[in-house]
Amino acid sequence: MKNILEAKNINKYFRNPVLFHVLKDISFSITEGEFVSIMGKSGCGKSTLLYILSTMDTDYEGDLYLGGEKITGQSGEELARIRNEQIGFVFQFHYLLPEFSVLDNVMLPARKLGRKSFSQIRKDAMNKLELLGIADQAHKKASQISGGQKQRVAIARALINDPKIIMGDEPTGNLDSKNSNIVFDIFKKLSLEEKLSLLVVTHDLDFAKRTDRIIEMADGLIIDHHSKMEEESL
Amino acid sequence: MDRLRVILDITRTHLLARIKQSGIAALGVTFGIGAYIIMMSFMTGLNGLLDGLVLNRTPHIHMYNEIKPSANQPVDLYEAFTDQLNVVRSIKPKKSQLRIHNALPVIDYLEKDSRVKGVTPQVAAKVFYLAGSNELNGAVNGILPHKEDALYNFGDYILDGTPQDLVRDRNGILLGAGIAKKMSLSVGDRVQVSTTSGGIFPLKIVGIFQSGLAEIDNIQSYVNLKMAQQLMGEGNNYITDINVKLKDINIAPELSKTYAKQFEVTAIDINTANAQFETGTSIRNMITYAVSITLLIVAGFGIYNILNMLIYEKMNDIAILKATGFSGGDVRLIFISQALVIGFIGGLLGLVIGYGVSVLIDNAPFETEALPTVKTFPVNFNPMYYVVGIIFAMVSTFLAGYLPARKAQKIDPVEIIRGQ
Repeated sequence: MKNILEAKNINKYFRNPVLFHVLKDISFSITEGEFVSIMGKSGCGKSTLLYILSTMDTDYEGDLYLGGEKITGQSGEELARIRNEQIGFVFQFHYLLPEFSVLDNVMLPARKLGRKSFSQIRKDAMNKLELLGIADQAHKKASQISGGQKQRVAIARALINDPKIIMGDEPTGNLDSKNSNIVFDIFKKLSLEEKLSLLVVTHDLDFAKRTDRIIEMADGLIIDHHSKMEEESL
Repeated sequence: MDRLRVILDITRTHLLARIKQSGIAALGVTFGIGAYIIMMSFMTGLNGLLDGLVLNRTPHIHMYNEIKPSANQPVDLYEAFTDQLNVVRSIKPKKSQLRIHNALPVIDYLEKDSRVKGVTPQVAAKVFYLAGSNELNGAVNGILPHKEDALYNFGDYILDGTPQDLVRDRNGILLGAGIAKKMSLSVGDRVQVSTTSGGIFPLKIVGIFQSGLAEIDNIQSYVNLKMAQQLMGEGNNYITDINVKLKDINIAPELSKTYAKQFEVTAIDINTANAQFETGTSIRNMITYAVSITLLIVAGFGIYNILNMLIYEKMNDIAILKATGFSGGDVRLIFISQALVIGFIGGLLGLVIGYGVSVLIDNAPFETEALPTVKTFPVNFNPMYYVVGIIFAMVSTFLAGYLPARKAQKIDPVEIIRGQ
């Protein structure tokens, strides 16, 4: 299987207020279509790791590869392009632009990419919204829909440029179990049907158990990889 | 191109979402630019009028013979006394003529000078205006009316008549407004003028001359050059004053010295005669610019403030935009373009308001004794001020938007997202 994301010897320090070694020599990889969750206690560095993997945090040591291409050391402009084209994000808080319509929110990353015509992008965005079952909300303002719906809009937005990988920071952390299940099912479907890789940081053990692999972290180290088979016994 | 459209769409949505704040920011610019246009138009209009008062009326170089004592007394020439201290008491001015020596050839010579725009000869005569048994002190200047009008807008100071009327009527007189009032005379009446030599001449009033300065209007009248020469009992080569208008006013001081030496006359240049006028103009201009720039700076701070607040409010949006692939440069462009849109719309509105008020001022009645032909306030509708105004608006809003936009560019999305 082809490696989509590969981290080699990632080290990260916080310098403020005192020098603190957050991530210690992290190395792992994610293959195409794999659904991976990262678990660990608060402060173990899992979110920090995710933001390094997402290319938004560039202050680290080690090498990062996305789709075989080294992204460590690229310029800010170039990293923004990579995020735009190859990575989709879903956060705990929904982070939609409140003044824009649902449809506009989904369309923005594609319009930034500028690879397709406006009408094509619009059609794609409607398709993604339909895939997530919220096409009927497309013309509402993003501030006017419910939390569960917002999270699905955020997923649609993450999908709009057909990225190689989707990253989530507690994407279900703020949702009730019903909406949580909906989001999980969507992720699972994307992983199986679209061969999309997913990397999700979560506290939710039930959610993590159903993913292909759990990476368990503690004190800035990866302490264990559980594959699906082992998870059954957890 | 597409990239710009996305950014402009975001800009528009941001501005429309808080239309009140955007509107107030734009109004700040509107007032700044509007005030700039109004002040510039009005002040320069007024400056033009006041400068015109001086420049139009005053010859650049005025040549005449001054009665004065000789600078060098005969004793100075005597070699035996050269190293002595010579004191001459009770010096009297040398007897000389008021007429300019060789005036006609001098005028011919001057008119051929490429630096000279025009030359007008004048004859000054002391007279009495006779009203019944009263004699009013006065002065009459003989002029060439059409030339005076062409060079010094002489017609602007004539009520109820034109310089042409004087040309047409050899025995005509343009009577000073003060004299006309004192003697209750008006156009068409006759006035008798007696000269110092005793001759009495009846002259027909063809117009009233009003300069706006009472002491001049109470004394001064104008007749044809020939008539004045006749009053003085002199021939047509009797010229007491030569007025020169130059193409370039700045060479007047230098040239007047040359002429004074060359023709052995007294020559006064406009800068010496009206030293205060340039100072007034430049100070009025300075005040105009200072007030306009102050207004724009205040408007700029308003925009800076509003954009700064907007960026604090929009931290989340900025983080999302960056997370979904908008670069720092894109984010900066979003906020700078918001500032520029505010500046452009506000500035345009300012131009419209400035123009409107200028038209109002232009039509407001303004009566002044000094300029009988001016009926409304002078306004200068120079398109240059409108161009400068809109550029000013764009530049000041760009500067006001640049710092907040740079701050937005530097926001670290990870800090915002993790900070929740």
